[in-house]
Amino acid sequence: MDLLRLTALELGAGIKVGEIRVAQAAEAVLERIEKKEPLYHCYITVDRGAVLRQAEVLQKKLDAGELTGPLAGVPIAVKDNICTEGMLTTCASRMLGNFVPMYSAEAVKCLERAGMLIVGKTNMDEFAMGSTTETSAYGETRNPWDAARVPGGSSGGSAAAVAAGECFAALGSDTGGSIRQPASFCGVVGMKPTYGTVSRWGLIAYGSSLDQIGPITRDVRDCAALLEAIAVHDPRDSTSVERKDRDFMGALEEDVQGLRIGVPGDYFGEGIDPEVKAAVLKAADVLRERGALVEEFDLSLVEYAVPAYYTIASAEASSNLERFDGIKYGYRAPGYQGLHSLYKKSRSEGFGPEVKRRIMLGSFVLSSGYYDAYYLKALKVKALIKKAFDEAFSRYDIILGPVAPTTAPRLGESLTDPIRMYLGDIYTISVNLAGLPAISLPCGTDAGGLPVGLQLIGDCFQEKLLLRAAYTYERARGDFGLPAENGNALEREGE
Amino acid sequence: MGKQYETVIGLEVHVELATETKIFCGCSTAFGGQPNTHTCPVCTGMPGALPVLNRQVLEYAVAVGLALNCSITRYCKFDRKNYFYPDNPQNYQISQLYLPICRGGSVEIETGEGRKSIGIHEIHMEEDAGKLIHDQWEDCSLVDYNRSGVPLLEIVSEPDMGSAEEVIAYLEKLRTILRYLGVSDCKLQEGSMRADVNLSVREAGTEGLGTRTEMKNLNSFRAISRAIRGERERQISLLEEGKEVVQETRRWDDIREESYAMRSKEDARDYRYFPDPDLVPVAISEDWLEEIRRRQPEFRTEKMARYKKEYPIPDYDIEIITASKHMADLFEETTALCGQPKKVSNWLMGETLRLLKERGMEPEDICVSPEHLAGLIRLIDEKAVNSTAAKEIFEAMFDRDVDPEQYAEEKGLKMVSDEGALRRAAEEVVAANPKSVEDYRKGREKAIGFLVGQTMKAMKGRADPGAVNRVLKELLSKK
Repeated sequence: MDLLRLTALELGAGIKVGEIRVAQAAEAVLERIEKKEPLYHCYITVDRGAVLRQAEVLQKKLDAGELTGPLAGVPIAVKDNICTEGMLTTCASRMLGNFVPMYSAEAVKCLERAGMLIVGKTNMDEFAMGSTTETSAYGETRNPWDAARVPGGSSGGSAAAVAAGECFAALGSDTGGSIRQPASFCGVVGMKPTYGTVSRWGLIAYGSSLDQIGPITRDVRDCAALLEAIAVHDPRDSTSVERKDRDFMGALEEDVQGLRIGVPGDYFGEGIDPEVKAAVLKAADVLRERGALVEEFDLSLVEYAVPAYYTIASAEASSNLERFDGIKYGYRAPGYQGLHSLYKKSRSEGFGPEVKRRIMLGSFVLSSGYYDAYYLKALKVKALIKKAFDEAFSRYDIILGPVAPTTAPRLGESLTDPIRMYLGDIYTISVNLAGLPAISLPCGTDAGGLPVGLQLIGDCFQEKLLLRAAYTYERARGDFGLPAENGNALEREGE
Repeated sequence: MGKQYETVIGLEVHVELATETKIFCGCSTAFGGQPNTHTCPVCTGMPGALPVLNRQVLEYAVAVGLALNCSITRYCKFDRKNYFYPDNPQNYQISQLYLPICRGGSVEIETGEGRKSIGIHEIHMEEDAGKLIHDQWEDCSLVDYNRSGVPLLEIVSEPDMGSAEEVIAYLEKLRTILRYLGVSDCKLQEGSMRADVNLSVREAGTEGLGTRTEMKNLNSFRAISRAIRGERERQISLLEEGKEVVQETRRWDDIREESYAMRSKEDARDYRYFPDPDLVPVAISEDWLEEIRRRQPEFRTEKMARYKKEYPIPDYDIEIITASKHMADLFEETTALCGQPKKVSNWLMGETLRLLKERGMEPEDICVSPEHLAGLIRLIDEKAVNSTAAKEIFEAMFDRDVDPEQYAEEKGLKMVSDEGALRRAAEEVVAANPKSVEDYRKGREKAIGFLVGQTMKAMKGRADPGAVNRVLKELLSKK
């Protein structure tokens, strides 16, 4: 049996009945990592010995009946901006190249409570700033469907690791699409939960009011199971919400009868790739055939989302990243003279160009004389976008659209034109601005065989509805498969 | 004849709140621990750590606002004040700019010139910074984050004060109110109360405000008074010489009695304030506000009025005792135990004030418990100790709150109630001093004083002088 073909829940079930040992799953994944990492580079840190030791610990607990959850023993990857006690957490930045946290993020604690096996820390855009995983200080990650292309970002390492079979599931973080877009580019499922659903304690902040940790998985069932594991109220995060509806697995029904789905016409206008448009609209048809009421409407304000997002996220980032100063931890440049020089050299050498760009942008929009014109105006746009969604959700249960205007671009194409890269976030960022939940799942491929992502957006706390619709679509669509099985040229070479 | 000038002063007062834990984490606020022992990921600015507001801080801030007649902001927020300095681990301070907890209050002060109302512009909550320790020998600086995250209130007055006298009266009033509320110990020397003075001068009778300076590093009332006089003179001289006052922050050097410029307006920092996205806005319910209002203590003015009605003690005593909530509590609790307000007041006004002065302490530092003070008064009433012994006992109580009964016993300070022993001692004194006895019998009544003294000496001071007098008179009247 090829273990790597299993979903996380299938593997968990096998481990639970004793058919599969945790160590077997761990070894399968480690072997895969050893074989594929030179090409894909999904991970920044994998400690082989620690993984195998932990596999034994988990096996003992399973044998003793101490772990009974559906994901116990399943190998999972964690994005490198999520703190793991005793394990390097770099944010893909030179600035934190030596940072080993003394504490784990609450989401990581949740994985531990679920008995999951943490394989390692995945690559990402530096401090989650980017849409391609190319801004990592530790080299880019490649897309397992076509190694000449980016996996998307910023959770590119997590999405690629799931697609490449280098883990069974992963945690990502989504500030403006950083889970959904790489999931879309890598042909896997990714969900950004309602703001406040997953604790941000231990998530190294980029844009605090927008950041949210979420699952990246092979299918919708795994997504529901992982969300159920990590959605807990945390008193250490003031923005954490206490939710009573945490039985997300219970939402997995094939039923969209009467579900009102709105398709925003403004998501399919200028700039969208015709193949992406066709695949997404075809997915809408599939749901319509299953009984959903699908209707086109105008969401409005779409063109204002990108500037509002980059203003707010950069403003928060400029402040959030101030703590990285070379004083207490992280990178300290050699050869400084005096305090000012220590700050300047350490930050100049420790941060990459995209991070610096956003710190400068954010500092500018917060500076006196510009605050009202930029930051305050962006907050007003944010409020209007929320209002537009509120109106939409008074008519529709779910909003359906693309995740990104295109499929995965080639490596090196995006960073030369940051404005164009920022515009690629147009369909995902308004979800963060409004604090909504949204799921991304594959709905076909383009002519080049690259996955296209379908995005379903729900009103606050409507994850169950999203999971039900996504599950229904996924069953209708049939198995999407992993890149190797789809006959990817480079994969065949590698096999 | 030169021009007449008037001074315009506003204060920014920082008060450290006496909460058990810090404003955004569970670390202890205790003063004086080993460096970096009262710290956690939150108050050292570690990546991924998040602040959670300490409800007690909010409650204290609301209580202070109510006591200073402010309007309470029912929906308030925290903002980040961004600036780089190593004592500030996140390189931003969580404070309040846009929606501070309290606005628009006032405080009544009284000086030689009469009563005056000083406006409160606003009060906001914020976190304190850590402490830099410069090691000159090693050529490096170290940071202690124990103080990082200790809660502060910043009380900003309107520029309503015109003299050092008014400033001191305002600060004393503020300190009394805060201590009555029990929200801070307000010690200038230890830095739990810090005042920055904003001062400008203008020609008497004119309306507009002159250019102001801000004076920092003032850690006693005396330093504040001197700094105000010094800065007023400095600004007037500048104006007289036809120069301009520069808007700047100055640091007071109390030893050299002069100030020097720290930074001018030109290099003023742009703090890039914006709402802290890690903290949710705070909504204060009517119920909670009412509950805090109900729990407000009796303040000094009300207390003074009540004392006048309830206790037969002089107004002057009332004024001194109520100046400190701690002393007033001690007075009331002791009086409740022994029922003798006058005696309690005498101990506070006499020995207590004397020892406070001698030891350089404040009334807040008194450690005598009401039970022990009442116990001492009972010992005296029962004539178990005489007044000399009582003072000795009280001093021990003042230093370490000893049990008076036990202490008197251990130190042999209790009076001998054995009439036989007293009689024997008196008889010996009478027998040994025929000259005095004769003088007395001849009508020189004062001669008995010497015999009393000798008897007391023989009794090692442990006899009731009244009893000694009585026994001696008895013996002397016998032939």
